[in-house]
Amino acid sequence: MNRHSSASFLLSVCVLTGLVLVAIFAPFVAPYSPTDVLAAPFAMPNADNLLGTDALGRDLLSRTIYGLRYTLGIATFVTVVACALGVVLAIMAAVRKGWLDMVIGRGVDSVMAIPQIIFALIVLAVAGISLTTLVCTMIVLEATLFFRILRASAGDIAAMDFIEVARLRGEKLPWYIFREILPNLAPTLIAEFGIRFAYASLFISALSFLGVGIQPPEADLGGLVRENALAISIGRTAPLVPAFVIAAIAVAANGIVDWFVHKYSIRSELGQ
Amino acid sequence: MSFLEIENLLVKAGDKTLLSNISVRMEKGEVLGLIGESGAGKSTLGLASIGFLRPGCRVASGEVRLMGQSLLAMSQEELRQLRQRKVAYVAQSAAAAFNPFYRLEDQVTELRALQKQVSRPERRDIACSLFERLQLPDPEKFCRKYPHQVSGGQLQRAMIAMALLNDPELIVFDEPTTALDVTTQMEVLRVIRHVISEQQCAAIYVSHDLAVISQISDRIVVLRNGEIVEQDETRRIIEQPAQDYTRALVAHRKVGEFAGQPPEANAVIEARSLDLGYGANKVVSNVDLQIACGEIVALVGESGSGKTTVARSIAGLLPPRAGTISMNGKKLADNIDHRADDIRRRIQFIHQLPDVALNPRQTVRTALSRPLRKFLKLSGPSLQDRLNALMDEVELSRELLDRYPGALSGGQKQRVCIARCLAAEPDILICDEVTSALDALVEDSILKLLWRLQQQRDIGILFITHNLGVTRRFAHSVVIMERGKIVEQGSTEDVFADPKQDYTKRLLASEPTTRRGWLDDQLAAKV
Repeated sequence: MNRHSSASFLLSVCVLTGLVLVAIFAPFVAPYSPTDVLAAPFAMPNADNLLGTDALGRDLLSRTIYGLRYTLGIATFVTVVACALGVVLAIMAAVRKGWLDMVIGRGVDSVMAIPQIIFALIVLAVAGISLTTLVCTMIVLEATLFFRILRASAGDIAAMDFIEVARLRGEKLPWYIFREILPNLAPTLIAEFGIRFAYASLFISALSFLGVGIQPPEADLGGLVRENALAISIGRTAPLVPAFVIAAIAVAANGIVDWFVHKYSIRSELGQ
Repeated sequence: MSFLEIENLLVKAGDKTLLSNISVRMEKGEVLGLIGESGAGKSTLGLASIGFLRPGCRVASGEVRLMGQSLLAMSQEELRQLRQRKVAYVAQSAAAAFNPFYRLEDQVTELRALQKQVSRPERRDIACSLFERLQLPDPEKFCRKYPHQVSGGQLQRAMIAMALLNDPELIVFDEPTTALDVTTQMEVLRVIRHVISEQQCAAIYVSHDLAVISQISDRIVVLRNGEIVEQDETRRIIEQPAQDYTRALVAHRKVGEFAGQPPEANAVIEARSLDLGYGANKVVSNVDLQIACGEIVALVGESGSGKTTVARSIAGLLPPRAGTISMNGKKLADNIDHRADDIRRRIQFIHQLPDVALNPRQTVRTALSRPLRKFLKLSGPSLQDRLNALMDEVELSRELLDRYPGALSGGQKQRVCIARCLAAEPDILICDEVTSALDALVEDSILKLLWRLQQQRDIGILFITHNLGVTRRFAHSVVIMERGKIVEQGSTEDVFADPKQDYTKRLLASEPTTRRGWLDDQLAAKV
């Protein structure tokens, strides 16, 4: 482990922890309500409004802090549920094989054949935009990606003799999942979770930017970029603030993932 | 000045000492055998004598001189020149050492391509003549083949051909026959012997098989834990070993240690006219097999003979195409998934490779507790007592209960696997080549353990092996398979004393012994 990568890991952990704490304690941290109109539109940063104001004169800092809540909250929830779903389906497919593997595998293939964002736009257009639809759509899409990676890794593990030993003993599915395969999947799972979390944050931001995500007056970070996009043409920094926070989330999540991947690859080289 | 001189060599990897205090000399034209168990440092020493260290290893002190030149003082370029022209290396597993995407002719003559001296047609001629020297069938065609299209023994010979490309003065053979069947091993040994005498080069032969090494080498170096136990002429090492460790190595093949009459008991497991196969391939046909209480039945054959397939079928892992498997007269379900828990408990299966038969993320305690909970419904203090008793029974320290498999040696892992099967209190134990991944002395201790358990618990054992020496010492009766059919079966004594079938005779003759001149006799008999 070199000093550079452990420094970037610590920085990533600090950034992400900081953002999570700010999101959790938003009402105490934010100076104003996110919906109060306080000053002129697109005011420059000043003592009252540290990051200036948005298109309607609301405090940009407060709106960003509340927007962070949506982005992180949805990304976390979606990633956790999608991960659980992906793990169970992947291990089931890897252990049982046969028709079950075929059905799940081909189903996932068909979902993955359609570009994610277009798939989401179609579903949201048909089913109507609501937080529930949004979250469910994202879960389905993310779960397919979890499945794809984990099915491959679980397949390698399921081919090992200790899985045959479990079969000879007549074990049931939960034992395979939680006792035999999942502990061996941990390194892959942690890395994949981090990457998927970063992508989920970007995905919800992208959907909101396109206007099908979180609806006004509420806004997540992507929605904030959209609301304030016009300001860039009159020389204001308003849209850059939420954009920068989105970038910070993605970079920090990847920094943590890199560290785990590095750590486990060294351990497996040493055969531990 | 000797041809190769190694003085006080100390090789380390990090803080770990791989080799220490190694001093070896060898003369031109001599064959030096390196023997020891895995981890003894024999491959490291073999490679060090051609100036190569594995990544992460370094020479802390000492000297290696080949033909008067210090290899340790050489630059990378000088070493490359040396390896291209004067020394060669034959790796253990030819199957893993060849690139599956290139034709054999290209790989074998790669060095010539690097030197840019020869054209492609010339390279093919070179490859052909090399293959001819190694008596490979139809060299013209063999040239064009890919590694997966030839047998393991042929591939190993192709690798020896590669080593001969530039007429080296020293060849290091790193366990070249370990992965091969006895009859194939014989072919390769014959070629190696032929090559060494024809080439008049020196050779270092690394092996853990004393019999093989005693046939090939002039002098033997016995290694243990990175140090030399003793070194001397082959004859003296075999006939008058000076050290205890060497004595144990030489002695471990004694027959009669597991003496005992097969019990007069009814068959517990009976397989009748089994036909087995995978997909379109029929692997086994018309096999009948019986195992009684307290009986050790050896199922012997070379790789591809179908012996493991039969074992898997009895365990319920491969439903037979035809035929039945019954236990105490009652027919068993073909598929393990449809067998009752009690049947699952009574037939236990031990895998060949303990490394993959134990979950690396489960402690020994978890691995052993599971069958106790599942089959015997034990919990709490009685479970803990049973765990301790099991560890005692397989002669493992109780402290190992909370270790992960990664922290155990190969022999310890196999003991854990045996304990896991014993936990179920089985009637029948199916052992699939359980000692083939282990060193001679460890193998011996596992056999002793199995034998003792079988005596105490009256378990029937189906012992799958390709090792005739083990069979002769260990089994009450023997079943010999060739290409999916049983060619001969009977009590071990009868079969070994008076084999009826040609295949059995050939198999018995190919089993190496430490007797002087064995290889020469075999080669003479062939011609």
